[in-house]
Amino acid sequence: MTRTRKLQALLGTSLLKLFIALTAIFLILFLYVIFSRGGKMINWEFLTQSPRRYMTEGGIFPAIIGTFWLTVLSIGFALPLGIFTAVFLTSYARPSWLVRIIRVSINTLAGVPSIIYGLFGLTVFVQFFKFDVSLLSGALTLGVLAMPVIINASEEAIRSVPPDFREASLALGATERQTILRVILPTALPNILTGTIISIGRVAGETAPILFTAATFYTRLLPTSVMDEVMALPYHIYALMTEGSHAAKQVPIAYGTAVVLLALVLLVSTVAIIIRYRLRKKKKW
Amino acid sequence: MNNFKELSFKTVTYIASLFTIVVLLGIIFSIFLGGTPVFQYVSLTKFLSSPSWHPTHDPPDFGILSLIIGSLLVTAGALVISIPLGLGSAIYISEIASQRVREILKPIIELLAGIPSVVYGLFGMAFLSPFLIRIFKIPTGLNIFSASIILGLMVVPIISSLSEDALSSVPKSLREASLALGANKWETIIRIVVPAAKAGIISSIILGFGRAVGETMVVLMVAGGAAQIPSNIFQPVRPMPATIAAEMGETVIGSPHFYALYGIAIILFVITFISILITEFIVMRKKR
Amino acid sequence: MLFLKNTMKKILYYILSIMVLLTFTCSGKIKKIKIAGSTTVLPIIQAAAEEYVNLHPDTDISVRGGGSSIGILSIINQIIDIGSASRPVNKQEIEMLKNKNRDLIETAIALDAISIIIHPENPVENLTLVQLQKIYSGQIENWLALGGKDQKLVVISRDTPSGSFAVFNEIVLEQKKVRSDALMLASNNAVATNVAVTPGAIGYVGIGYVNEQVKLISISGIKPETESIMNRAYPLTRELFMYTLASTRSLAQEFIDYLLAEQGQQIVEKQGYIRIKPAGLRQ
Repeated sequence: MTRTRKLQALLGTSLLKLFIALTAIFLILFLYVIFSRGGKMINWEFLTQSPRRYMTEGGIFPAIIGTFWLTVLSIGFALPLGIFTAVFLTSYARPSWLVRIIRVSINTLAGVPSIIYGLFGLTVFVQFFKFDVSLLSGALTLGVLAMPVIINASEEAIRSVPPDFREASLALGATERQTILRVILPTALPNILTGTIISIGRVAGETAPILFTAATFYTRLLPTSVMDEVMALPYHIYALMTEGSHAAKQVPIAYGTAVVLLALVLLVSTVAIIIRYRLRKKKKW
Repeated sequence: MNNFKELSFKTVTYIASLFTIVVLLGIIFSIFLGGTPVFQYVSLTKFLSSPSWHPTHDPPDFGILSLIIGSLLVTAGALVISIPLGLGSAIYISEIASQRVREILKPIIELLAGIPSVVYGLFGMAFLSPFLIRIFKIPTGLNIFSASIILGLMVVPIISSLSEDALSSVPKSLREASLALGANKWETIIRIVVPAAKAGIISSIILGFGRAVGETMVVLMVAGGAAQIPSNIFQPVRPMPATIAAEMGETVIGSPHFYALYGIAIILFVITFISILITEFIVMRKKR
Repeated sequence: MLFLKNTMKKILYYILSIMVLLTFTCSGKIKKIKIAGSTTVLPIIQAAAEEYVNLHPDTDISVRGGGSSIGILSIINQIIDIGSASRPVNKQEIEMLKNKNRDLIETAIALDAISIIIHPENPVENLTLVQLQKIYSGQIENWLALGGKDQKLVVISRDTPSGSFAVFNEIVLEQKKVRSDALMLASNNAVATNVAVTPGAIGYVGIGYVNEQVKLISISGIKPETESIMNRAYPLTRELFMYTLASTRSLAQEFIDYLLAEQGQQIVEKQGYIRIKPAGLRQ
């Protein structure tokens, strides 16, 4: 009896190990293929030049800058909204029926497929507000998409501030607003920011929402206003794989672009994760 | 004066929170506004039950059954791969791995969740597809099977990290009680910890389902795009998000085809919305 | 905590200064031409835009794909300066123009041949239009019936809303429905890439997308080549168009003139398409 139980346990644990090993093998293969094929494309010129010779040479600089602006603007739009919403949910949260509706909204927004965000951006920003296909339309669409992630990160961060802080501040005569702005938010800010930075990965890598709202195949110069169409890293990969006419030279560029995008996303998130890790270790309360 | 500041700050947070509702209503409104006119051209039952999708033919056929089936098959395939892998790694990380290993694995999984889908699509199109043709001697590498593998790989981190949260929030006393009663570690995991975390695990799977069913770039690049009801897993399909992404740019705004694409978006939204409501329901019931 | 605040501030400063720097370096008077439309015309426009911008540093050109319908629609709505299309405007679009009281100017800038491509190891050299129709409508399943090896056909087509499909539909399919198990891909390159890796495949692409990794076959003995395309002997020949509005032409017209001039037509050839004007002929 004990032997079968032991055997079962052994089998079960080995199965778990097999699963995690399989996952690891898949992912390592994936990363290896991308980095080994794209890595050799990366050099200074690739990162700082515009595409040349019919997109078979040169670099991806405009796409890097386009993605940078899309990300910065969308986060700049979503971060204040996200923090305020989180403040509402943690500090005011009344009436409760409204809170319930807001929570369902946030959870639904978090699950809406990105292509539907693209259609929303197309209908609302491109057509209704007449922003056309532009950096602005794309950034707003991405901002809306990032909002639920930022709200959740901010709420979690604010909730991790010990209630003593709030009570002490209120006891000293500070108002609710002063408590939130001077005590709670500054304490929660590092955590809010690390959470936000991780959401940057999602924003920078999204293709479907910018397909109809912001992305262009080729422009040599950098955007000069928010009304310009921009190149973007994820769309560049897709466009090279589908719309380029020199596959032999463009597929390697697509891999190179994928390496840049992956490296950016992973780097930024790693930094955020390390900061968060240190923060947790240092936490004194 | 101070009162005014208090009130205006409170109002700002109110407005910000209301904005989430506005956006959600905006999304619902824009897809329904764009999608309902299609039912002047085709009845809802025909739209949902006809497998014939020939939007530019004269006269056009707007039946999306094959697209819905395509989406569901690819998603089911993804879950077949990602549930054992995701859940397995979650259990391993939460219950078996040492503290040190856990601290390394958890952030790695978080990192993987951020990998852009278009990079997965590139991998599927340029590496996996030719590889599968060589291995299985199949006519095309863009099919349900390859799309499922890639989507499954994408969903693993979601299922894994959420299930892991659920597993580690199971109180320690439960485990200790089980061990004290003579159960070994494996039995404790399977009989006590996993059932206790059931609600969280199921919601993680439903979230993974929602992510897979709505994912666009991977199915656009890897699923093959044939609007058919397939007879085996090595055949190409045309999932709903891929149809929208591929055809939106080529339709004339205000044409029946344009409305039909928004109509697909409505169906897609309804499917994801139902899945979200189910998770809400599970979480709510658990709180009680 | 303090250390963290400082690093965050530093990072913020860096980001801000980079942003300011970028905005300053790229300000200045720059004229923009926005072009969108057919993915078939895209490589020509992109290449020409590169050269044109080299000659005119005060101009920037944004080239977007999207498809023929998007190109025509966007120009009708004055969202862009030039719309490109691999098919002429259709009835619906002419109607829309009438309603808006606008005049569209059509310029053919190159010729294209919808080229039938197969896997390089496939021995078949030639097909007829009738055979093609049977292949794409689902009446033939195996290469054996076409004089090839015993191998299952993998039929690859462009998405039904694309300009390429519209032409193919009219001339080859003659309004028959495409078989439902055909792979419908969103772009020329996707078709070429997949034909190259799929042994039983047949597909069609703009001639600019034909490369060494696929095999180009002839239709009823006629190969798509410069001569057979220019005299329209090749049955799947079509014109590629640029559309502008009569009211907002000047800058856009300069670019189109450039495309029609010798230098522009050489770019057309270099991209694998066929020039619309015979070589050496001045406008």
